[in-house]
Amino acid sequence: MAGYAVEIDDVTVRFRSKKRDVTALTDVTMRVEPGEFVSIVGPSGCGKSTLLKLSSGLLPASTGDVRLFGEPVNGPRKDIGYVFQKAALLEWRSARKNILLQAEMRKMPAKEAAARADELIEMTGLSGFEDALPHELSGGMQQRVALCRALLHRPPVLLMDEPFGALDALTREQMNVELRRIWQETGTTVLLVTHSIAEAVYLSDQVVMISARPGTVAGVVDVNLPVERDYGPTMAEPEFAKATRHIRDHLGAAAAAE
Amino acid sequence: MVTHTQSARAGQRERAGEASGVAERSRPGLGQRLGGFLERSWRPFALLAALFVAWWGVTAAELVEPYLVPSPGDTFDAIAQRPEYFWEHTWTTTYETVLGFVIAIAVGVVAAVAMVQSSTLEKTLYPLLLFAQVIPKIAIAPLFVVWLGFGLGPKILVAVLMAFFPVVISMVTGLKSVDPEMLQLSSTMGAKSGQTFWKIRFPASLPHLFSGLKVAATMAVTGAVVGEFVGANAGLGFVILQANGNLDTPVLFAGLLIMSLLGVLLFVIVEWLEQLLLPWHASRRDEGASTTI
Repeated sequence: MAGYAVEIDDVTVRFRSKKRDVTALTDVTMRVEPGEFVSIVGPSGCGKSTLLKLSSGLLPASTGDVRLFGEPVNGPRKDIGYVFQKAALLEWRSARKNILLQAEMRKMPAKEAAARADELIEMTGLSGFEDALPHELSGGMQQRVALCRALLHRPPVLLMDEPFGALDALTREQMNVELRRIWQETGTTVLLVTHSIAEAVYLSDQVVMISARPGTVAGVVDVNLPVERDYGPTMAEPEFAKATRHIRDHLGAAAAAE
Repeated sequence: MVTHTQSARAGQRERAGEASGVAERSRPGLGQRLGGFLERSWRPFALLAALFVAWWGVTAAELVEPYLVPSPGDTFDAIAQRPEYFWEHTWTTTYETVLGFVIAIAVGVVAAVAMVQSSTLEKTLYPLLLFAQVIPKIAIAPLFVVWLGFGLGPKILVAVLMAFFPVVISMVTGLKSVDPEMLQLSSTMGAKSGQTFWKIRFPASLPHLFSGLKVAATMAVTGAVVGEFVGANAGLGFVILQANGNLDTPVLFAGLLIMSLLGVLLFVIVEWLEQLLLPWHASRRDEGASTTI
């Protein structure tokens, strides 16, 4: 029962607005093993982000079950880390204090939190920028701060909602390489929503494809690439080409146009 | 793994390169800061001086009768002849203004927080607030005198009434302007609503609050003087009314001048506090790429 890190079982999500009812997700079933890196790709508005909100308990399922480590999710969960597309940093706090917000809210022991923050700052290459205010940091640096904040409490599950969507292409590639390394170092389960098929394949063990609204699982692709993935060489691997092509064909023109 | 760390190191080198492009500048000395202040503020001072010259010119050329518009000299003379008189009445008005302003802030902030917490309360209070705002203060001020007498009470009450609306409106806007993702993040951190309020909502609302406070500061002065007009035996409003009755325009002008200075001073203090408390806010930042240095 407690075998999966994230379990989404036959879930439907409907939003009710004044004018109409919208079914965002229907009959979605997916499972994520502990320690796995799973990406979710699909056209805009297919409910990818909704899947993350479900897993974190920020949004209830209309029907069906969501479980984290076998435990039903009802209400916001504390045992996750969340990264949004926007870094969502507090403007008045330095990078370090933004990271430590996580510890303050959770009332973690100060020493332990400080040590962990130092470790993450080092790991993400933020050293030297600890005291900078968010507006003094580049987009990539801001996102690194958000990532550190999400990892501070060593969450068993990390949820990332298009974390690199607002970055330029080069920074994005660099962040991909770093995220892959950080995932290997922390061993946490990652659920990543992305628009980029290349990003999904490079980073993941498994890519879940969601169809256009109402979103449902259109297929799952296992990525058979080695654990050690150099960026350039990985891109040139036949398996990489095969996986990206498969996903692109599956999602059709809608995703290709993105 | 080896190559991954290598590329990460390369990334770090790049970033170190970025960092080395940043040269720490030493803090500007007193002389430099004074120079900077003069450079920034000579324009408004020049305009003010030009207005004074125009005022002086008009009166010196006797374009208007002196009993209608006194010369700057006569106006300053009026103050110089009775400094205690002006000091005493300025102090009264200052006291009423500041007290009214502070009460308005307290009431306004508390009302805003309550209204943001409960939408029922918001719907109930909003029409009342609006009503309190649109009713002409000069029209209800006599009622306050009937209720509270000729003392400080009615003046402070009018000042509060005038100042607190901008405080409430700006604070409500500020508290609602928080990034919803920040709030979601906060709930995944297991934050209590008190923690979310003090660590996220409240600091995020301060820039909005301060723009409201700047409006409120000037309103408080007006409120206090309006209160004095209706019935008082002290304060700048009383000075002006009395001077008006005696057709003593130099004293009248002196009263007006001090009153304006009072408003400007209060405004400047609020702005200075804002600069001190919110150095992080976008509107307060130095122009990063200033070329005039």
